[in-house]
Amino acid sequence: MTSLETSQTDKPTRRISIDQVSRVEGHGKVTLLLDDEGHVHQARLHIVEFRGFERFIQGRPYWEVPVMVQRLCGICPVSHHLAASKALDVVVGATQLTPTAEKVRRLMHYGQMLQSHALHFFHLSSPDLLFGFDSEVSKRNVVGVVAAYPELATHGVLLRKFGQEVIRLTAGKRVHGTGSIPGGVNKSLTRAERDELLAALPDVLQWAREGVDLVKALHQKNTALYESFGLFRSSLLSLVGPGGRLEFYDGVIRARDADGQVMVDGIEPKNYRQHIEEEVKSWSYMKFPYLTALGPERGWYKVGPLARVQNCDFIHTPLAEAERQAFREAHGGQMVHAPLAYHWTRLIELLHAAEVIGELLRDDDLMGDALVVSGERVGEGVGIIEAPRGTLIHHYKVDSQDLVTMCNLIVSTTHNNQAMNEAIRSVAREYLDGHEPTEGLMNHLEVAIRAFDPCLSCATHAMGRMPLYVEVRDASGAVVGSATKSSR
Amino acid sequence: MTAPVLVFGYGNPSRGDDAVGPEFVRRLELSQADAIARGELEVLTDFQLQVEHALDLKGRERVYFVDATVEGGAAGFAVTPVEPSKDATFTTHVLSPQALLHTYQAVVRAPPPQAFVIAIRGERFELGESMSTAATAHLEAALTAFAALR
Repeated sequence: MTSLETSQTDKPTRRISIDQVSRVEGHGKVTLLLDDEGHVHQARLHIVEFRGFERFIQGRPYWEVPVMVQRLCGICPVSHHLAASKALDVVVGATQLTPTAEKVRRLMHYGQMLQSHALHFFHLSSPDLLFGFDSEVSKRNVVGVVAAYPELATHGVLLRKFGQEVIRLTAGKRVHGTGSIPGGVNKSLTRAERDELLAALPDVLQWAREGVDLVKALHQKNTALYESFGLFRSSLLSLVGPGGRLEFYDGVIRARDADGQVMVDGIEPKNYRQHIEEEVKSWSYMKFPYLTALGPERGWYKVGPLARVQNCDFIHTPLAEAERQAFREAHGGQMVHAPLAYHWTRLIELLHAAEVIGELLRDDDLMGDALVVSGERVGEGVGIIEAPRGTLIHHYKVDSQDLVTMCNLIVSTTHNNQAMNEAIRSVAREYLDGHEPTEGLMNHLEVAIRAFDPCLSCATHAMGRMPLYVEVRDASGAVVGSATKSSR
Repeated sequence: MTAPVLVFGYGNPSRGDDAVGPEFVRRLELSQADAIARGELEVLTDFQLQVEHALDLKGRERVYFVDATVEGGAAGFAVTPVEPSKDATFTTHVLSPQALLHTYQAVVRAPPPQAFVIAIRGERFELGESMSTAATAHLEAALTAFAALR
């Protein structure tokens, strides 16, 4: 079996492309190369559009950057807001934030994590998981979920709303927040704001627990599918916190191999470029990151919930830790690589986020008034956080006029580029090889990609919203059939 | 106390004429400050519509969604009623106003408020561009029309 990255056949082939994978953000395309018997010879996830966000940032005063980068993406603006702030903390010499500033930022970040994971599971992925990958397409959406599981869908909306409230109260506004600034934050919480969030927390925790129970039950009901669908083995990478704990806001880079052995650990964010490089391939605008020491063939990895929950040594909140252990026990303590396990780990993270929000809300530092620090100004800074979809790197150079001269962003979805490609190749081999592609079979490819919750808007550095259409082409490249799912 | 009228403008302020929705809201905050203070009108903005915005429609009598469009007639803007409907935007991170109303119906289990889309025509949407002269004129016209509606 070939890798399916590049066709090895001399036979005539036809090309099938799925433009704009639905239920992901941005502008992506899957192409399959099939021969006359329907055997798959090549499968690729492409990024077909790129707009240079880095250039948009260059030349701007550094203090504008944490606000400007939120315009990179309507899905995860808070992640960019905080990663940029962390990088620029370094620039302004803020080596240690005040407790209030760090905790307000953490609260904002965990609120974002909770609302992002809730949207993905309850509204974007649950239709596939509850109704089946090739169920009736008109049912396979959130309205179908609302009709069949009204409480589940409502809890998803309410979790989103709670996360948005956390963001509003910490960032100052629902969108285009200005709460985090280089060196700290510009507001803390009032007691009334804190109490408002605390009052809602018991329900949030309960819905989060029910979400984990549901995803666990789905796995147990169809273990064979959940453990084999889109399966590929890879290394994994994430930040870890003190003692190796699960950590979303700050930490050091750790990577494990596919068997779970730690390969690199303790890498400070400022040194990321010594350990991570990006390969360019002619057929995609999205780069392919890899660990320098292992090279592009062996050094690629996955990021995000499945990587984080297995890369850490423990979760410091009790409910999520119990669920992490249950996840490990369910898999005999072995490393899990099945893409559908992203959903289970994502829900463990959602529960952890809810617990951490509770911890933070009970901490009076949130209401402190020491908000900003500064120190010796330097010309360069790197900020890394664990965004909902995985590791997010922001790197800036700033000149003596306070203008940004260099900006480098490596977003979560780019880290997962090779992993998503491997997942669709696995699905293509298992489900499409030798079969005439139907909408249901095509959705299998999308299910595999969606498990990673990619944000192609971030990956392309654009706000792309395009229709999904499938084109079937013959060997000469002529379109012989098509179907459209309109979006915008 | 929930204001009976909600104006929800959405778009990315850094992508040229996609800014018309948020800019419409910003202008209303100034011109309708008294009505907002009296609780007669509320304005909200976001990059795009998402499921939780269904809850922002609760308790409203009327909702106006303000968005940029590449279509439209000589007036440069159009105000059209919108009804709940299930469309393909349910499968993305972004909802249409119709889909949002449908979500409202499903989640709140009540008929949604009367809703209109104010679609303002733009012509350039690239990252980093400012609003075009044409879109700025269309925005002014739409604001004038909205003031007359109220």
